[in-house]
Amino acid sequence: MATDPHPQIDAITGTPTTGHEWDGLRELNTPLPRWWLWIFYATIIWAIGYWIVYPSWPLVSSYTSGLFGWKSRQAIVEDLAALKAQRAGMTDRIAAASLDQIVADPAMLAFARAQGRAAFADNCAPCHGSGGGGAKGYPNLNDDEWLWGGKLADLELTIRHGIRSTDDKTRVGSMPAFGRDNMLPRADIVAAADFTRSLAGLPAAPDADLGRGRRVFAENCAACHGDDGKGKRELGAPDLTDAIWLYGSDRRAIVEGLWNGRGGVMPAFAGRLDDTTIKALAVYVHTFGGGEK
Amino acid sequence: MHVVGAITTSVPGAGSEPDLVELVKSAKVVPLRAAAPLAATEEPEPPLLYAPRRKIYPQSVQGTYRRIKWIVLAVTLAIYYLLPFVRWDRGQYAPNQAVLIDFPSRRFYFFFIEIWPQEVYYLTGLLILAAVTLFLMNAVAGRVWCGYLCPQTVWTDLFCAVERLVEGDRRQHMRRDAGPWTAEKVARKGAKHFFWLMIAWWTGGAWVLYFADAPTLVMELATGRAPLIAYAWIGILTGTTYFLAGHMREQVCTYMCPWPRIQAALTDEHALNVTYRHDRGEPRGSIKKNEQARAKGERAGDCIDCLQCVHVCPTGVDIRNGLQLDCIQCGLCIDACDAIMRKIGRPTRLIGYDTDVNIERRQAGKPEVFRIVRTRTVLYSGILAAVGAIMIYALATRSTLGISVIHDRNPVYVRLADGGIRNAYTVRVLNKWRDTHFFTLTVEGVPEPDAGLEVVGDSTGMVGRPVIEVGPDQTREVRALVTLHRLSYQDSLPIAFRIVEPESGAQASAADHFRAPH
Repeated sequence: MATDPHPQIDAITGTPTTGHEWDGLRELNTPLPRWWLWIFYATIIWAIGYWIVYPSWPLVSSYTSGLFGWKSRQAIVEDLAALKAQRAGMTDRIAAASLDQIVADPAMLAFARAQGRAAFADNCAPCHGSGGGGAKGYPNLNDDEWLWGGKLADLELTIRHGIRSTDDKTRVGSMPAFGRDNMLPRADIVAAADFTRSLAGLPAAPDADLGRGRRVFAENCAACHGDDGKGKRELGAPDLTDAIWLYGSDRRAIVEGLWNGRGGVMPAFAGRLDDTTIKALAVYVHTFGGGEK
Repeated sequence: MHVVGAITTSVPGAGSEPDLVELVKSAKVVPLRAAAPLAATEEPEPPLLYAPRRKIYPQSVQGTYRRIKWIVLAVTLAIYYLLPFVRWDRGQYAPNQAVLIDFPSRRFYFFFIEIWPQEVYYLTGLLILAAVTLFLMNAVAGRVWCGYLCPQTVWTDLFCAVERLVEGDRRQHMRRDAGPWTAEKVARKGAKHFFWLMIAWWTGGAWVLYFADAPTLVMELATGRAPLIAYAWIGILTGTTYFLAGHMREQVCTYMCPWPRIQAALTDEHALNVTYRHDRGEPRGSIKKNEQARAKGERAGDCIDCLQCVHVCPTGVDIRNGLQLDCIQCGLCIDACDAIMRKIGRPTRLIGYDTDVNIERRQAGKPEVFRIVRTRTVLYSGILAAVGAIMIYALATRSTLGISVIHDRNPVYVRLADGGIRNAYTVRVLNKWRDTHFFTLTVEGVPEPDAGLEVVGDSTGMVGRPVIEVGPDQTREVRALVTLHRLSYQDSLPIAFRIVEPESGAQASAADHFRAPH
């Protein structure tokens, strides 16, 4: 674009040009229609009216509150109340129903799963992952191994009271720190770790002393994990024979667990979430796919 | 060719330069190229920033194009006002209105077509068809849309007709406007605005009938029991119709509408446009002067400068200045000029649908050519045919059931206690029938015949073949789990979910993947 400092009068229309030129085409400086100006003034008047009616201007420590005292915070409170009222029908049904009844009814199941999905994202996803996929030390809620049981009632209890939490009815169980607390010598711990791997059918290390490991296991581990290593749910002791390992299945991870002990904490949600939300969460987690009948 | 408008261009095509110069000279203006920068001593008046609107008093006219416009006006308005009342039987569970936009149920009904929200791509197809049709119209005969079919044109035409009926034709109307305010003037103006508001009100009234059962809504409106939203939309449409057709009129075309600008860029020298045949008309002059000139054997044009073409123009342009942005090409100037030509005994169609090419050819003594079949018209027609065919095919092969699948994103796969791998999917089943149906879900492409497929919450189906119940005209979302045990796969295995409706045998499938650890 070339700019010509001397505006010209366009020969055909008699309108002055702006002096802008594109490849020989000159832009006319056509006046705006007057009604456009009126609309512009009208928007200014509208803006002034808006300042008077709604909160607008910041003052030193507050702001002009507007004629009717409208507040966005109040609007949100009203919206939330309206939403709650709108959902009241289903919420009441879920509050009155047992967990099994909720799962058996397609309408209640769909509602509980939707509510559970939202509550899970807010409360559970930070540790268990957005889809309940878990992470090292935080159980995967999609699989079919459950430390404390995978029935609907088990899940509800865990969510309500937590694990090793401050709640009175919390689930409690402990894996001792055999090494750190000088309960077993290092060689016993390594042997027990190798034996534990063999329970799950994992290949043994060349220097593994499985006989010693079996003996150490029987004396120290079987009380909680069972003679066959299948675990005990009432103590939260995991099944050591399957393919699921919360902290990993390599020798180093198992030795670490035996040496330092394990004891993940899950907070209690009773009091933090209301009853229907806890029920919805139990149903939602149960329907990830690992829920037990 | 030359185009005059808000952004004036002077684009002499190759070979047409002498003609343009001649035209411009004969019009007693200096060509743009000769305009010298003004000397510093003769600084021009500072240009106006805002211009008042020049009121246009379009004069009534009779003729071919006026008749076409009346017919188009009657037909389009009849369609607009009456279409909501046309019935179409769809059985007892669906509305029987032929054209209905049903927002609460999220359905769009158009005669035999029923569009669901996820099929909104049909709208994309329609918009493509509409755009290309506009291009094709433009390549064949200029702004046919603007001049005859555009709602702004149709309603403005109707409002102008009412105005002429109440306030008189151009001269009478102008004289009264210039005169003092009398009781009669007040009464006539009042009556005009009343009729305009009535038409606008009916326009808004018809609009809302497309969104609810028309006869019911009419009854509700008449008895004051219609929903508030209906009254609000009638109010909005009444306002926009009254202002746009009564007051804004040509300003909408000149200032608001993008199409004139787009059209100016799309046209070519073979497009038929409402054209002043300046090769025949110039030099213009009075009848007497031109007759004297002809008697002397001098060159004289047919244009007698009667300004009838300007007076009948609804946008107030002078077509003799050439193709221009403000001209909506309604053809009324053709009718006006033809009437004059007949009166003075000269051939008609001094103004007519013509092309730039033909003006040049006549001046060069060559015969006229009309080339409707050109690269662009063939191309536009081809696109129209292709898009139309795709849409018809899509509509004809549309199924009454559907399935869509989303793979879980987190976790992508789950390792089970026995070492198996499970993938989870969100499956949505669409039932477009008007009654409840049961659909059998199966998974295909898995190498294990005993592949565990289960649906969470399903208690009706057989193992591996869950059955999903979906209510009439509804969709249902379920969580499906696929478990495989022999993990010889690489990290991704293409699979497909298929639903079958056992009674009719209708089926649909959706492809996805089964993912396993590396």
